[in-house]
Amino acid sequence: MTGLLQIEGLVKQFGGPVPVLGPLHLTLHTGCVSAVIGKSGCGKSTLLRCLGGLEQPDAGLISFDGAPIRPDDVAIVFQEPRLMPWLTVAGNVAFGLGHVPRAQRQAQVAEVIDVVGLQDAAQKLPKQLSGGMAQRVALARALAVRPRLLLLDEPFSALDPLTRIAMQDHLLTVWRHYRPTIVFISHDMDEALALAEQIVVMDGPPGRIVAEFSPCLSYPRRRTGAEFQRWRDRLVGVLGG
Amino acid sequence: MRPRALGLILPLALIGGWDLICRAGWVGENLLPSPGRVASTIYQLAASGELWVHLSATGGRMAAGFALGVLAGTIAGALTGASSLLRAIIDPTIQGLRSVPSIAWVPLFILWLGIFELSKVMLIAVGVFFPVYLNLMLGIAHVDRKLIEVGRAHRLGRIELVRRVLLPAALPSYMTGLRSGLGLGWMFVVAAELMGASEGLGFLLVDGQQTGRPAIVIAAILLFALLGKLSDLGLAGIGRVVLAWQDTDRVTM
Repeated sequence: MTGLLQIEGLVKQFGGPVPVLGPLHLTLHTGCVSAVIGKSGCGKSTLLRCLGGLEQPDAGLISFDGAPIRPDDVAIVFQEPRLMPWLTVAGNVAFGLGHVPRAQRQAQVAEVIDVVGLQDAAQKLPKQLSGGMAQRVALARALAVRPRLLLLDEPFSALDPLTRIAMQDHLLTVWRHYRPTIVFISHDMDEALALAEQIVVMDGPPGRIVAEFSPCLSYPRRRTGAEFQRWRDRLVGVLGG
Repeated sequence: MRPRALGLILPLALIGGWDLICRAGWVGENLLPSPGRVASTIYQLAASGELWVHLSATGGRMAAGFALGVLAGTIAGALTGASSLLRAIIDPTIQGLRSVPSIAWVPLFILWLGIFELSKVMLIAVGVFFPVYLNLMLGIAHVDRKLIEVGRAHRLGRIELVRRVLLPAALPSYMTGLRSGLGLGWMFVVAAELMGASEGLGFLLVDGQQTGRPAIVIAAILLFALLGKLSDLGLAGIGRVVLAWQDTDRVTM
């Protein structure tokens, strides 16, 4: 169905007795920001890797706007920046654009570098970047390929709290700019509440969805607001139980 | 004082001590000529033009052998590093050959390739090959899995993955291999020239020994030290440029 990212009966087993995933059913709205939260080892990353084509599911169907996910639709941001240390910021951002004609590539790179606010660092090497800047480069690299589906695997968890909040704002800017479907994994409830229109809670193994929320909070979401706290309490209730 | 200047203290002190020993007459001039004698021997060799003949002979062999060894080591290392199947097929054999002492090849190379240049160049190439091969293979095989995954996430093909991720990531290890290969190459050039040559620094060594002129022998040894150090400095300089992205402060590079 258009407008939906549908996952039906997804199973992934890595040889152990208990599958890491599934069978897992989940429907997310496309063009929105969705968060998947859950404790470590519940299969969140494996779910994301199946969506990103890095793992082949053993069973199940994934459809994106009514069709299978095409490789060109997806881009992934990992927990670590994973930049190529021998490439400049601009070179790293251009990493996925090898097939794009040079002039167009440069324009696309310049544009996303602008969106993540790294104009002054374009010629720097990764070793000269702070953790937050490096992760912004990783975000820009993912955006440069113009993905319809942007997957983020705990992208800000290694950053300090202030940088993390700044990065969350960057992600919302990016989302408003390009309107991709964003699915991000987090173990941070505040992060999920600050960003996502749809929050799903996973438990496992075997990984499955145990709760879904659609917080009706308007952007920008004030973390200190009473409504925010009310949603937070509901999430804690589910995760704690 | 700068570290580079610090490195000169010890050799200068050694030369000073050496000169002292000679002046005091503790060791006979027929065994240990003074630094001045060695310097004037080198000067005479240079003045007669003989020095350049020997230097270019040794340098030419070394360059040809190094180029050949690097070429073969790079191809074999890249293939076995990038493909675990090829590694399983090829690597055990190469590792076996690696444990053959270098001098053991000499008779075979002379039988096969004659006593002239080709056998010498091949011997040097063999010496250079192994460290280049080994370091490149291990460098590629140990590339961070997470970087490879970025390549996969961007759907790079096999060749593209090798070219854009594996080879650049393995470059530090490759540079180490080149430098060890160069060092071994200098060892093998001596072995090659000792086995029979009419020119080259190795020939000077043999000639000096057979004609009882220790100054010539010591001059040849010092020239080897100089050539070895200069070529390594050159390679290290190239390494500093192409590895400028490395997040290390390794002073040895």
